[in-house]
Amino acid sequence: MPLALNPKESFQDLVQTLNQYWAAEGCVILQPYDMEMGAGTFHPATTLRALGPKPWRAAYVQPSRRPTDGRYGENPNRLQHFYQYQVILKPSPNDLQDLYLGSLAAIGIDVRNHDIRFVEDDWESPTLGAWGLGWEVWCDGMEISQFTYFQQVGGIDCFPVSGELTYGLERLAMYVQGIDNVFELNFNGRSGPDKVTYGDIFRQAEQEYSRYNFEYADTDILMQHFRDAEKQCRELLDKGDRGNRHQLALPAYDQCIKASHVFNMLDARGVISVTERQSYILRVRDLAKACCEAWIKTEAGSA
Amino acid sequence: MAELLLELFSEEIPARMQARAAEDLRAGITNALVDNGLLYEGAVSHATPRRLVVSVEGLAPETADKREERKGPRVDAPESAIEGFLKSSGVSLSDCRILEDKKGKFYVAVIARKGRPAPELIAEIVPAVIKSFPWPKSMRWGSSALRWVRPLQSIVCTFDGDVVAFEIEGVRSGNVTRGHRFMAPKAFAVRRFEDYAERLARAKVMLDSSERALTILAEARNLAFAQGLELVEDEALLAETSGLVEWPVVLMGSFEQAFLALPPEIITTTLKAHQKCFALRDAKTGALADRYILIANLIAADGGKEIIAGNNRVIAARLTDAKFFWDQDRRFPLESRLHRLDQITFHAKIGSQGQRLRRIEALAGEFAIMLKADPGKARLAARLAKADLVTGAVGEFPELQGVMGRYYALGEGLDVEVADAIRDHYKPQGPSDRIPGSGAAEAVALADKIDTLMGFWLIDEKPTGSKDPYALRRAALGVIRIILENERRLGLLRITRKSLDLFSSPAGEEERQSLLADLLAFFADRLKIYLRDKGARHDLIDAVFSVGREDDLLMLVRRVEALARFLDTEDGRNLLAGVKRATNIIRIEEKKDKRSYGGHPNSKLLIQAEEKALATSIAAAEAQARRAVEAQDFEAAMRALAKLRAPVDAFFDKVTVNADDPSFRDNRLRLLGRIREATLAVADFSKIEG
Repeated sequence: MPLALNPKESFQDLVQTLNQYWAAEGCVILQPYDMEMGAGTFHPATTLRALGPKPWRAAYVQPSRRPTDGRYGENPNRLQHFYQYQVILKPSPNDLQDLYLGSLAAIGIDVRNHDIRFVEDDWESPTLGAWGLGWEVWCDGMEISQFTYFQQVGGIDCFPVSGELTYGLERLAMYVQGIDNVFELNFNGRSGPDKVTYGDIFRQAEQEYSRYNFEYADTDILMQHFRDAEKQCRELLDKGDRGNRHQLALPAYDQCIKASHVFNMLDARGVISVTERQSYILRVRDLAKACCEAWIKTEAGSA
Repeated sequence: MAELLLELFSEEIPARMQARAAEDLRAGITNALVDNGLLYEGAVSHATPRRLVVSVEGLAPETADKREERKGPRVDAPESAIEGFLKSSGVSLSDCRILEDKKGKFYVAVIARKGRPAPELIAEIVPAVIKSFPWPKSMRWGSSALRWVRPLQSIVCTFDGDVVAFEIEGVRSGNVTRGHRFMAPKAFAVRRFEDYAERLARAKVMLDSSERALTILAEARNLAFAQGLELVEDEALLAETSGLVEWPVVLMGSFEQAFLALPPEIITTTLKAHQKCFALRDAKTGALADRYILIANLIAADGGKEIIAGNNRVIAARLTDAKFFWDQDRRFPLESRLHRLDQITFHAKIGSQGQRLRRIEALAGEFAIMLKADPGKARLAARLAKADLVTGAVGEFPELQGVMGRYYALGEGLDVEVADAIRDHYKPQGPSDRIPGSGAAEAVALADKIDTLMGFWLIDEKPTGSKDPYALRRAALGVIRIILENERRLGLLRITRKSLDLFSSPAGEEERQSLLADLLAFFADRLKIYLRDKGARHDLIDAVFSVGREDDLLMLVRRVEALARFLDTEDGRNLLAGVKRATNIIRIEEKKDKRSYGGHPNSKLLIQAEEKALATSIAAAEAQARRAVEAQDFEAAMRALAKLRAPVDAFFDKVTVNADDPSFRDNRLRLLGRIREATLAVADFSKIEG
């Protein structure tokens, strides 16, 4: 069994390579957060740790769920469940762009032959009350990463500023493996009968979850989940509040993550009208803001 | 004379902001130099994705010495007042002289300011300009308090070749810069603009954005020509792509020919909006080609093979997606999608798209009859006009709304006029956009815009100042352009009333009247601006607008045109002078006498031949002018008024208005008043300048 990683032929080696690279830059390598969420940014290691004065460097893979993007496993580019590789560096170092380019080199993208471009893209998350400026990074015309300097999270100014890098792992892997269909990605780097593809692992899941997301998820139950999460979040925020300290910011934030995901599910089921949509987003944002305000009164979120 | 070189080197500046930023930097620096007494001969600025550069030539090495005197308190003023004066002037008592005038003896501070060396001033000016730079959006990074468009990495600042040293939030100025990010990343030192520009060119940076644009254009045309193809030129795309690269490398990519079966707009939108690539067409047939032009920022070691392959893959994936939507969308007729529009809120207070469409359909039918178009086609086109908003292709390419609707309508075998109307009812989108042709498209376009305006007027969401979130000014301008440029006779009052009647609004008749009047006034304002942009005299527009309750835009404009032509003749100019003279006299006398000289003069009191003649001419001219205006014959109206010129001139020549007998005076003032009244049939001459 080869010990050297081969990110150009193996999805899992791509992840390992990024882990090694960012660990060498002083990041803690975290495991995925154990909750359903729409993007790696929702992980408390990003949303909450971006706030407050303490330095922080972390990298992790986060499974991301976007119920509306499901295509029953039939579209070669769209998935309702995919992986993001997330890096957060606070304060953002002066050479962050170079560090990022170094990570591309590490996974086998030769910048002498590929056209890498930083194209304006301002990032905003209405549900997190967060925004930042930066770029989408293009490699030969394909967006392979988001690169953002956080300016606000939960409506609170970020200082020092965090630099956030988000790699779309499937797309990146498809690029380095030279493959047009996500389900054909080589997952384990083996060949012949030992080869396991992305489709071997996830195609059935895409089919089943698309059915669940679009057809079978019980919307009454989901609505109740939303209300429960909102209520529990409020209660925790209230009960943990000790004036200038807060003791329940993390569990409260979990409920906010939950509400956000339930909202995405309801959206996929098509039961939210355009006007209601806005009010759901505002309800989640209110929770996120309150959680962030609680967080900066905790040990990790304050000076 | 010396030279200033300033380079602000940052992470990638958004393409759309570069040109403006280069100009703002030039203006900011040169204004500050002049404000500080440093004159210069010339300044140029440049922008690339990573740098803003300004070079100022012909600068003086230092500013001149200055002496200034400042008058202070009396010598016998309280000590605290004198001390305060000395402190604020920055001098001691020995620097003051005493001035004696008739009010007493005063201290005068003599403040001598030594000239300062230019580098010292520049070291203050540049940080101040950077800190107050007018970026449309700026940010912070790391632990720095500085704001810039993206992190500011380094600053080159030299004066006559030597570094002007300063520091802003940890960024120190120097003379070191870097070349192209990938092709020449090594740092190097520079002295002046000349060697700076030359070193950069060697380090694969084209500093001048127009050079980058010309390079792209020339190479793209060449590549296309060699394949018997033609570049689909696009200025905005050219500007954007030259803001995305420091060293443009033009390459040609391709996609499967089968995709050419897609509507060409889908292909060009994919290429342009999503991938920032140029489309190509066959030089002979003009048909879209299965090739495209991409602009890279790299001379690749492999000649661009990988770059082209990568771009081809992305474009193929996007076109595959588009084809999927295109195929799916055509499985269901537009009509079957209408129920979904009921679920789309147009505006919380106005209702759903579905409700809106039902009004537009009714309105388009009525307008079609007025426009002598086919009401059935107009109604059908209106019904289906927004159905493509719920198709997959428009979901993916929102900018193709209407365009896709037309394709789907044609695919269903609907009438071409109906299909074209679905596409064109959004037009015109601005002052330079094409207006819809006559027929159904025109009726639906007008109905859509008028319904939009009426909806927002009813909920009192009108444009204010620079805020016009629903683009209502554009909608009104669209209506104006369609009516005038297609030469349509449509009373605005009539068509807006029809629209209002389709809304279920609780407003009473009086409220409705005032709402329509308000909307009409809004149209009048937009019309004035439209005419002014076309070069019409604003005073003539005012003169015509202020007399009429005319809501027929075409006639209003015709009247302005006829008036302008009339005033260009000698009769016109003289009559204008006569009317103004009459108006002035009455105004003065009315003010003096505190009464009005309205009404007709008593014919028995007209004794001089000239006043009798004038009275007769006025009656005749007024009647003729009014008849002509009613018949919309403005040339005839002007001719009628022209006949007044001679009698008016004769009257002023021979008749004394301020007669000793007050009854004659009264009567003559009334006669003057009639001149004004008669001309009001056409325009309010008092509003005309000159």
